[in-house]
Amino acid sequence: MADQARFADLAMEHMSSLYSAALRMTRNPADAEDLVQETYLKAYRGFGGFEEGTNLKAWLYRILTNTYINQYRAKQRRPDETDLDDVEDLYLYNRLGGLEAARTGRSAEDELMDLFTEAEIKSAIEELPENFRIAVLLADVEGFSYKEIAEITDVPIGTVMSRLHRGRKALEKLLYEFAVSRRLAEPQPDPAT
Amino acid sequence: MAERPDPLEPQCEDALQEIYTLLSGELDDQKREQIARHLDQCSPCAEPYDFYAELRKTIQQRCRDTAPPSLLARIEDAIRREPA
Repeated sequence: MADQARFADLAMEHMSSLYSAALRMTRNPADAEDLVQETYLKAYRGFGGFEEGTNLKAWLYRILTNTYINQYRAKQRRPDETDLDDVEDLYLYNRLGGLEAARTGRSAEDELMDLFTEAEIKSAIEELPENFRIAVLLADVEGFSYKEIAEITDVPIGTVMSRLHRGRKALEKLLYEFAVSRRLAEPQPDPAT
Repeated sequence: MAERPDPLEPQCEDALQEIYTLLSGELDDQKREQIARHLDQCSPCAEPYDFYAELRKTIQQRCRDTAPPSLLARIEDAIRREPA
């Protein structure tokens, strides 16, 4: 049993990371603020049932995700299917891996950070179909384990893995489109091998 | 990018399939060590690993927003108005 008086001490440090996730989910600062406020109110009301020593951050994300799905999703539902048949493993690496290295003589991985702007990375994530987006956000931005994501989103771990597999492919494809549109890469029908 | 034989060596194929799983910390110790040993000996496989590790870091660092200070005040105010 957790004491409500300790709620702020324990929970408020996660506010910016919840707000970042809420922005990626709602794509809108006003909705993101409302979503985070609602998450904290629900968490505060339910804090008596939170067992101290268990994962508070995961519990807060569970409330955030459920609140988002129940209240905000209806406004902006998108189909989850997206055509990924042409996205092979190592899609982005096969297209960009040699690019920067060839141009600058430095290793490709040092340059990735400079290759994409903050706005591009954010909008690539925000464009992902919703179930993929939530899985990718929780795994690759927040670093939750697959098991934690299964608990947060209330689906079997196999579903988490398949959403991540498809979501990461979709993300690689979107990032590649940004690179092409900024002429950082040539469009290529087949990956260089 | 390095030239790869086609089809790939089985241990290369195995390592490449597990990139995201390994970077997510989801492999058991034995499998992780097995792949780490392979990457030490196979630079064509180590290269995409470094690429995806950097991609993961880039995504994490580029997705950090700071909540506006007014939000903290709003939440604290809402909590204060909750019945005790």
